[in-house]
Amino acid sequence: MEKREYLDIYHQMVVIRILEEKAAELYQEGKIGGFLHLYIGQEAVSTGLISARKPQDRVITAYRDHGVAINAGLSANEVMAELLGKATGSTGGKGGSMHLADVKKNFWGGHAIVGSHLPIAAGLALGDQYQKNDGITICMFGDGATNIGYFHEALNLSKVWNLPVLWVCENNQYGMGTSVERASAVSDIRQKAEGYNIKNDYVDGMDVMKVREKSLEMIEEIRAGSGPQFLEIITYRFRGHSMGDPERYREQDEVGKWRENDPIGIYRKYLLEEKIATESELDEQEKSAEEVVLESVRFAESSPEPADEELFANIYADN
Amino acid sequence: MAKITMRQAISQALWEEMERDPSVFILGEEVGVWGGTYAVTKGFYDHFGEERVRDTPIAEAAIVGAAIGASLTGTRPVAELMTINFAFSAMDHIVNEAAKFHYMFNGQMVLPLVIRTVGGGGRQLGATHSQTPDAIFAHFPGLKVVSPGTPADAKGLLKAAIRSNDPIMFIEHATLYQTRGEVPEGDYIVPIGKSTVQRAGEHVTIVTYSKMLELSLKAAEKLSKEGIEAEIVDLRTLRPLDMEPVIESFKKTNRAVVVEEGWKSYGVGAEIVSRIYEEAFDFVDAPIKRVAQLEVPLPYNRRLEQKALPQVEDIISAVKEVYNG
Amino acid sequence: MAEIVRMPKLGFDMQEGLLVRWVKQEGDSVQKGDILAEIETDKATVEVEAHGSGKLYRHLVEADTSVPIGDPIAIVADEGEDVNVDELLGSSGQKEASSSAEAKKEAPEKKEESQTSESVESSSQTGERIKASPLAKKMAEDHQLELADLSGSGPGGRIVKKDIEAALAAEKSKPVEKEVQPEAIQRPTEEKVEALPQAIWQADYQAPKDQSVPMNKLRQAIGRRMVESKQQIPHFYVTSSVNVESLMLLYKQVNGSLPKEQKISVNDYVIKATALTLRSFPAINASIKGDSIVKHGAVHIGVAVAVEGGLLTIVVRDADVKPIRVISDEVKKMAARVRDGKIKPEDVEGSTFSISNLGMFDVENFAAIINPPEAAILAVSSAQQVPVVEDDELKIGWRMKLTLSADHRVTDGVEAAKFMQTLSKHLENPLRLLL
Repeated sequence: MEKREYLDIYHQMVVIRILEEKAAELYQEGKIGGFLHLYIGQEAVSTGLISARKPQDRVITAYRDHGVAINAGLSANEVMAELLGKATGSTGGKGGSMHLADVKKNFWGGHAIVGSHLPIAAGLALGDQYQKNDGITICMFGDGATNIGYFHEALNLSKVWNLPVLWVCENNQYGMGTSVERASAVSDIRQKAEGYNIKNDYVDGMDVMKVREKSLEMIEEIRAGSGPQFLEIITYRFRGHSMGDPERYREQDEVGKWRENDPIGIYRKYLLEEKIATESELDEQEKSAEEVVLESVRFAESSPEPADEELFANIYADN
Repeated sequence: MAKITMRQAISQALWEEMERDPSVFILGEEVGVWGGTYAVTKGFYDHFGEERVRDTPIAEAAIVGAAIGASLTGTRPVAELMTINFAFSAMDHIVNEAAKFHYMFNGQMVLPLVIRTVGGGGRQLGATHSQTPDAIFAHFPGLKVVSPGTPADAKGLLKAAIRSNDPIMFIEHATLYQTRGEVPEGDYIVPIGKSTVQRAGEHVTIVTYSKMLELSLKAAEKLSKEGIEAEIVDLRTLRPLDMEPVIESFKKTNRAVVVEEGWKSYGVGAEIVSRIYEEAFDFVDAPIKRVAQLEVPLPYNRRLEQKALPQVEDIISAVKEVYNG
Repeated sequence: MAEIVRMPKLGFDMQEGLLVRWVKQEGDSVQKGDILAEIETDKATVEVEAHGSGKLYRHLVEADTSVPIGDPIAIVADEGEDVNVDELLGSSGQKEASSSAEAKKEAPEKKEESQTSESVESSSQTGERIKASPLAKKMAEDHQLELADLSGSGPGGRIVKKDIEAALAAEKSKPVEKEVQPEAIQRPTEEKVEALPQAIWQADYQAPKDQSVPMNKLRQAIGRRMVESKQQIPHFYVTSSVNVESLMLLYKQVNGSLPKEQKISVNDYVIKATALTLRSFPAINASIKGDSIVKHGAVHIGVAVAVEGGLLTIVVRDADVKPIRVISDEVKKMAARVRDGKIKPEDVEGSTFSISNLGMFDVENFAAIINPPEAAILAVSSAQQVPVVEDDELKIGWRMKLTLSADHRVTDGVEAAKFMQTLSKHLENPLRLLL
C-alpha cells in the first residue's frame, strides 16, 4: 500500500469523527431534524472494509450511514447538506440522515427498516451474477438485524444461489438499548452463518488495518466464485443509539474502557510506530479533515432549500 | 384474432418479453420445474433455463427483496408471489422499499420491477387464501397497481408492466384464468394508468375491474333486456387512477354503481365514489351505490362463501336501485 | 338566534327604499342567501338577501312601504324559536317607541297565525328543505326554474334530472309569451325593412284603441326624479363639436385586432376620456348635499342603459384609473346583467357623473337631464362625416357633438367650457386613452 493510501485512510476516519461531532452540535441547535445515528467509535469498520473494495463492488448499509457514505466517496458537503435537508444534499433533501446514497459511487444507500436491505443486497448480487459482472455486494448491518426474518431469508437465498455477497455484521454489542446477550440466541453472531453453511470469520473492529486485511481476503475469494461469506466485526458505539437517547443502559466505565481503544488513536500509533508517517504529517491530515468538515457546514448552511416542485418529482420513473 | 384464455395471454406476454429482452427473468415459488402453480410458466424452464426461470425458497421477503435489488442493477425481474395473501409476508419490501426508493433517493434508483400475483375468492380456500386486498396496495404513492379483466388487457398490460421502469403490482384473478377472449398476437401493449369503457350505455355507469368486470358485463346484458343500458368503465389500473373515462361517463348517465370484489370499507368503491363527488358533484342525480364483499373473512363453506362474494344479482339490483333512485 | 333584517343601503346617495314585494312570507323557512324581499331604490329594483338561516319570523313592514335605510324590516329566527320582538328591537335601539307598540299589539295575533301555518306546513310538507339531486339543482339554476314549483319523482320526493326535463318540456309546449328584451342604448338595433301597410284604403278602417298602461315602479321613479331634477336644478348647456377623425381611425384599427366579444366601442373611449377629464375638474365631479358641494375623490361614471320600460345607469367605478379594456368589459357585463334582470346593487349605485349616449341612432345633438344629486351629465351624439373648413379649404371631416348639462349651483359656464375643451383634447388624441 502506498503512503498516500495510509494517509487517506487516516484522513477519512478523522473526517467521519469530526463530521459526526459537528452533526451532533447542529442537531442540538435544531438544524438537523428527525433521527441522527452517529458512527463515532466505529470509523475503523467501514473505513477498513470499504478501502478493500473495488469500484465495481456495491456497498449497502443500514441507517447508521454517514461514515459509510464518506468511505464510499460521497463528499462531506453532500452528506452535511443532506443532514440539513438541503437541495444540494446527496438525495436533494428528500432522504435525510438515514437514506444517504450515491449509486454512481456504487453506494446503494442507507436503509432505515432494520434488516430490510439484506434481501435487497442479495438481489444486487443476483443482478451482478445474472449479468456476469465482476462486482460483489458488501452488505453491512448491525447485530440487531440478525434476529429478524429478512436476515435468514437473505442468507439462505444467497447460499442457495451462490451469490457474490459479503455479509458484514457490525457487532457493536447493542441493538438500540438491548445487549446482544439479551436479544440473540447466540452471542457469536457468526454462528448464525454457520447454520446456512456460509464461510465466516470475525475481526477486531477497532483496528482499521485488521479490518482491511480480512475484508480484502474475503472480497477476493467471493469475486473468485466462493459464494457468500460472512464477516463479524466486533466494535463499539461511543454514542447512544441515536441523538437524545439516554445512555443509562451502559455503565460509565464500560464506555471509558473502550475509549482507550479509540480506533483513530490505535491507527495513529500504528502509523507512527511503523514509521509510515510523522506526527506533523498526521496533524496536517487532521487539520485538513477539520477544514473539510467546517467547509461542509458552511456549504450546507448556505445551500438552498429544495424547491416546492420537488415535492412531486420522482414518484415514478415513467410518467 | 385468436381466442385464447387469460392464462395463455399472460403466458404469451411473459414469453414474448423474455424472448425480446434478455434482462427479463422470472423468480418465484414453483415457477420453474413445476411450471407455475397456475401453470402460467409451463414450459419456460425448459426453454429459458434455470438462470432465467428461478425457483425460490418459500420466502416472500427474499423474493421481492431480491427482485428489488436485481432491478436496481438494470435487470427486469418478474417476481411471482403465489397468491396475494402471501404478499403480506413481503409487505415491507413492497411498500417500504419498492414504493419508496425512486422518490426517497431522489431519482437515483430506478426499479423496473413487476410483482405478479394472484388474488380473489370463490374457490373455497378459506379466509387466508381468498382475499382481494388490492386497495391496500393502491394506497401507496410510488407503486403502480394493475389488475386486468380481459385476456387482451392481461397481455397488453403485462407487456407494458415489464417494459415500465416503475415497481408494479400485477394482480391477476384466480378464477379468470380460464376466461377466453380475443387477444392480438405479437407486440400488443395496453398503457398502464388508462381506464376504458368496456360496454357503452346511457342510463347508469358501472365502475369496476378484474373479475367483477365479468360479472358486471353479465348483469348489463340482463339489465338491457329490461331497458336499462349500463355503461361499464374498467379501471384496469388502480394506481395511478385514471378517472377521466369514469367522469366522462358519469356526466352522461348521472348515476353510478361501483363494483369491487374486496371489502367495501376503505375500498376501491369508496375512492371512486369520493372522486365522483369531488369532480362531478353537479352531475349527481342519485346516490351512488357500491357492490362489494360482505364484511366477513371468507368462509370455506361454498354456499356461505358465495353469499359473501358479490354476485350478478347484487349488481343488477344495485343498478336498478340507482336507476330508479 | 333571532336576527333583525334591515333596509340595506345600496348606494352612497340612497336615503330610503321602497319595499315592493315580500318574496318570503312569515313562517317560510329561509336559507342564507335566499331572497327575502324586493326593494326599489331611485335607480333600480334590487333584492334583499338573507344573511342567516332559519325561518322568517315576522314582517315588520308591509309591501309597498318606503323605509329609511337601516330600519328593521323583518325578523329571521331559528326554527321553533320564540322571539321576544320588543326586546329584540328594543335592544337594537333603532326602532321608535310607537312602532314597537304597534308590533306588540300585533304580536299575539301574528303568533297564532304562524303557529297555525306551521302545523299546516308540516302536514303538507311545504316549507321543508326541498330535496333535489345536485344535478337537478344545477339544471334548475341554469334554466331559472323554481325547485319549489316542481314535484319530485325520486325516492322521498327527491327532484331529479327527469323532473327538470319534464318541466322544461312542459314550458316549451306552452304558448310563448313574447318577451321583450330590453336593449342597451349603446347597442345599435338591427335595421329591418318593414313591410308597408296594405296599399288599399279601407273605408271602414278602425284605428287601434287607446291603451291605458299603469306606470311601473321604474317609470314612476324616473318620472319623479326627472321632474325633481328639471324643476329644481338650474341646468345650463355647453355643446362642443369634437374632431373624431383619429378616434374613428383608431377605433377601426383596434377592433380589427380584437375578437367580437372584446371590441371596444366609441362609448368606451368617451367614458375613459370623460373620466380622465373629470380628474382635472373636481368641481364637475361633484354632488350637492344640503348646503355643501361634495367634490368626489373617486370618479365613477354612470352610463345610461335602456331596459324594458325605462332606463338605468350602470356604474363604471374608478374609470379614470381603469384601462379601457377593463372598462369595456365591465360595461358589456353590466349591460348584459341589466338586460337579463340580474342586476346587482353595485352595478347601478354610486355614480359621480353620468353619460347618455345616443350616438348609434344617428343623432346630431341632444341635451340630457342631470341625474341628481350629480352636478352634470354628458350627452353624446353620433360621429358624423360633415363638411369642415381646414386650411381655408372645404373638406370632409369626422365630427361628434357633445353637450354637457351642468348644475349652475355647482359650476359656471367658463369651467364647463374648459371641461369641454379638455375633453375634446383627450378625444382628439385617442391613442393616449389606450395607454
